[in-house]
Amino acid sequence: MCLGIPGKIIKIYEIEHTKMGRIDFSGVKLDVCLEAIPEAEVDDYVIVHAGFAISRLSEDEANETLSLLKEIEDINLRDNN
Amino acid sequence: MVQKAIQEINKTVSQKWSIMEICGGQTHAFMQYGLNEMLPEEINLIHGPGCPVCVTSLELVDKAIAIASHKDVIFTSYGDMLRVPGSEGDLFSVRAAGGDVRVVYSPIEALKIAVNNPDKQVVFFGIGFETTAPANAISVIKAHERGLDNYSMLVSHVRVPPAIHAILGSPNNKVQGFLAAGHVCAIMGIDEYKPIAEKYGVPISVTGFEPLDLLLGILQTVQMLEKGQFQVKNAYPRVVRDEGNLQAKKFISKAFIECDRQWRGIGLIPMSGWKLRKEYQSFDAEFRFNVENIQTKESEICISGLILQGQKKPYECPAFRSICTPQNPLGATMVSSEGACAAYYRYGKDLNGQ
Ligand code: SF4
Repeated sequence: MCLGIPGKIIKIYEIEHTKMGRIDFSGVKLDVCLEAIPEAEVDDYVIVHAGFAISRLSEDEANETLSLLKEIEDINLRDNN
Repeated sequence: MVQKAIQEINKTVSQKWSIMEICGGQTHAFMQYGLNEMLPEEINLIHGPGCPVCVTSLELVDKAIAIASHKDVIFTSYGDMLRVPGSEGDLFSVRAAGGDVRVVYSPIEALKIAVNNPDKQVVFFGIGFETTAPANAISVIKAHERGLDNYSMLVSHVRVPPAIHAILGSPNNKVQGFLAAGHVCAIMGIDEYKPIAEKYGVPISVTGFEPLDLLLGILQTVQMLEKGQFQVKNAYPRVVRDEGNLQAKKFISKAFIECDRQWRGIGLIPMSGWKLRKEYQSFDAEFRFNVENIQTKESEICISGLILQGQKKPYECPAFRSICTPQNPLGATMVSSEGACAAYYRYGKDLNGQ
């Protein structure tokens, strides 16, 4: 249930008076609860745990994480070939 | 970067150290990326009990099965819980027998099902550590605000710090340093860990879940061990603030209060759980449904308790890979991808001496 991948908020809406967001994780889109990030806005990056945004990241931090993940993916692909 | 971190760890380590990653998500990631094999052999990783599916008590699994079997109930849960063996059968077998058991991604979804099905009782299986607590709290708070009388939660919340106390306080303890679970700390902050580090003389490093994050956590822990420092440091600052997520903590303390909790395979750990506060008691499924006299029966072969306490590795279990597999799990640690048995089954081929 733990994912360290940051996702980008592409839409904010409400279900049952609860603040929700549609989050884009490099192409995979999920709906998550944003109640714990009251300041969240569209285009912000968040870390999500089990359908719940737990922390907000700056764009720089998010991009840095995403490029590191890419690097590791590349290493894995090379190892497997 | 990964190579550099490993080199750095190699340079720093001068003797054997046993380090526990408390969180099952981290166990899974170590295996998935083969990080355990890249680390110097001085470092012995001990896998902790931080898999919510694994430690949910048998009694609560049996209660879930009993409640889900009610005719008018829609029972909702995270997917992993459906295959966890109860004393007899699992939630999947309830579904096969005609019960309405649904997998949801979050309790907010369960709340929506309750609003859309006013003639049914909708129950959510509220399992997990501090990370799932805020969303679970919110669903109950919202249901209360709306006066929804067909939503309730079977609560099995557990907390990490009391579990660390239990592990370090055990006479059989082998753990010398801890990787604390990054996302738990993102919610709760790091203050609760400082007295633990001091009391037991054990360094604690707040660690994330990506390969590099894990290696940085190990490096930080090893550096502290080598220097004899017993502090709490944050190796995951881009996500974890020292004070945690204040908004999330507010939701938790509004809905929940600390209580003793049974951990599957481990036993009772004092004040290691959360239950709903009195004001929200009518949203407590144990209160709403009469599920008191449950007789539990645990598998006789399974040693998942010793595995959850870090005293045995999965390949030391005689059932591992032979009669116990993810398709036919005897214990909860073989069900969830965060369970040590399931992680070893999937990635740890060489570790069992094959
Ligand atoms: S391999 Fe199966 S039986 Fe053995 S400890 Fe793990 S879950 Fe239990």
